Parts: sequence; C-alpha cells; structure tokens
Amino acid sequence: MAEEILDIPVQPANKAKIRKIWKVALILAIVTSIEFLFAFTLPRGIMLTSIFIGLTIVKAYYIVSEFMHLGHEVKVLIWSILLPMIFVIWLIIALIVEGGYIYFQNFISS
Amino acid sequence: MSTVAVGDKKLSVWSGGVSPLKASYGKLMMWFFLLSDAFSFSSLLVTYGLIRYSHPAWDPAVHGETFSFSNEYWPIPERVFDAVPFLHGVHLPLVFVGIMTFILILSSVTMVLAVEAGQRMDKKNVEKWMLWTIIGGLTFLICQAWEWTHFIVGTDVPTKLNMIINGEATVMEVFGANLKVNQYGPPAFADLFFFITGFHGTHVFSGVLLNFIIYYNTVVGTYQKRGSYEMVEKVGLYWHFVDLVWVFVFTFFYLI
Repeated sequence: MAEEILDIPVQPANKAKIRKIWKVALILAIVTSIEFLFAFTLPRGIMLTSIFIGLTIVKAYYIVSEFMHLGHEVKVLIWSILLPMIFVIWLIIALIVEGGYIYFQNFISS
Repeated sequence: MSTVAVGDKKLSVWSGGVSPLKASYGKLMMWFFLLSDAFSFSSLLVTYGLIRYSHPAWDPAVHGETFSFSNEYWPIPERVFDAVPFLHGVHLPLVFVGIMTFILILSSVTMVLAVEAGQRMDKKNVEKWMLWTIIGGLTFLICQAWEWTHFIVGTDVPTKLNMIINGEATVMEVFGANLKVNQYGPPAFADLFFFITGFHGTHVFSGVLLNFIIYYNTVVGTYQKRGSYEMVEKVGLYWHFVDLVWVFVFTFFYLI
C-alpha cells in the first residue's frame, strides 16, 4: 500500500517566540543561582526557608505557565489543574505542624 | 455560563459538539495524569516534611560548635552533598547537584524548542532538539547514578554511631548508607533520599524512553505523514513535569 505523504510546507521560525523561550531559561538559571548564593550567605531559619519556597514557586510558575503553556490555555483548564493542588498545600502545612508535635512529644516533654 | 445559539435553542458549551477546554483529548489526559502524578510526588515530599520536623535539628548549643554527622539529629544537606566527580576530598557543597539542576533545565529548554519546531512542521529541527533533550536526560541519569554510588559507598572517614544492638549500647563505625543505617544521620534521612530521588530518577528514565520513541517516530516520518507533531507536545508536557518536580526536590531536599 502506497503511503500518502502530506507535503506541508515548513513555516519560518518565529523569532519572538524563540527569544521568549531563551528569556524564560535565563530567568530560571538566574533564580537558581540566587538560591545557591543565599544557601551560603544567609543564616538558616524561617526567613531563609520562606525565601527558598518563594523562589521555588517563581520557578514553578515559569515552567508551568511558559514551558508547559498552561498560561495560554483557557481559564477553565488552568483552574481545573491548579485548584486540586490546594489539598496538597493544606496537607503539607497540616503534617509539618503534626511533625512538630511528634518532636515535642519524643524529645522535649519526656 | 457561556452559551452558543444553535437554531432556536440555546445550548451550553458543555452540551457537546465543541471543545470547551480548547485542547485535544490526548493533551487533556496528559494534564490530568500529571495532576495525579503531582499528588504522588507531593505525598513523598509531605512525608519528608513530617519526618524531618519530628527529628531534632542540629543545634550548636546542644550538639557542639562544629557540625559532625550523628544519628541523633537531622544532617545539614550541604554537609552531606559536597562531593564532585574527579575532585576527591574537595569540599564543594551543592555544586554537583547545582550542575544537575542546570542540565535538567537546559533539556527542558531544548524540549520547548522541539515543540516549537513541530508546530512549524520543521522535521529537521524537531530531530535536532529531541536529540539534545535525550542527551540532557541521559547526562542527568549518569550524574544521579554517580550521586547514589557516592551516597551508598560513603566518605573516607566513618561516622561513629551510638546504637542499641540486642539491648546493649554499642558504638558502631558506619560507612555510607543503606535502608537500615547510614553515616549521615537518622535512618529515615537515607530512606527518604533513596525514595524521593529514586522515584524522580525513575520518571526521568521513562521520560528518556518516551523522548526516544518520539525521536524515532520523527526520524521515520510518522508525524510528517500524520500532518501534526502533537505527540511532541504531549511528551513535552511530561518532560517539563519531570523538570518541575526536580525544582521542588532541589529546594526541599538539598537547600532547606
């Protein structure tokens, strides 16, 4: 059986789009470098942990929104992906607090 | 809710005949699979948070001014992950894992470029960028194999751990790590390292396999005949997700 080969012409590269991709890559690289720098210059504590989590969310935003193109999808799709993650945020907070109580019971109160 | 007029009746966009989410079936299913996969990874990271906060942290006032490994408190990650291949004995905290992060981010960039080329029906460029993505993924896997080997074998100097064996207090010299005991900290530290980076590494491995299938299909012209390179986009979503997970693992396991 002879295969029909579609002859679809190659469109020219979209310069602006490619420049945007490299711009996002540069942002990700810079944010990672900043995290790296902070790990060795700032004292450990709640402050530094919050900075790290904030910068991680910035990186996650650029990967999901630009690389995975979610930022350019319709609103319903964006929300049906993002809203379920609320349960994860709740679970993280709940179980870290729980971990603090386990620590208190095992090492402080006895 | 938005409506469209069909004849005399007003129908909801959810009544059928149109795509309310303006995305193909395959892409939507990939998105919802990734959402469920995000739950799997979250469960591992949540477990990490719970176990870490139920262990004491290293405190100079209690445990001594200079940090040393002990199974009595959680180790500082930059003291554990401070080795780089071919630079034996040099203290380079987090340098190697930083390099691994850059490799994975770069392979994500080459994947977007492959998707972009696919949308323009540019077979040559899809091949080129898919190949770079596969190389990036393989390099990351090799780095992780080295990291695991170093973690399992351990450092030159063993750690003396106070253990209770058969009811007797014993001091044990420990090199490296396994699931029962490790020289860096409490047993749960190594267990979580193996589970979290192992689960992520498995994803990278299957991602490389999928990328290779896409590369093969591109080379033999399957997508050219089909008239669409959407498969590149679907597998691209999976590959970016693997990169996204690493961003979180890097922060929660290595930085904090």
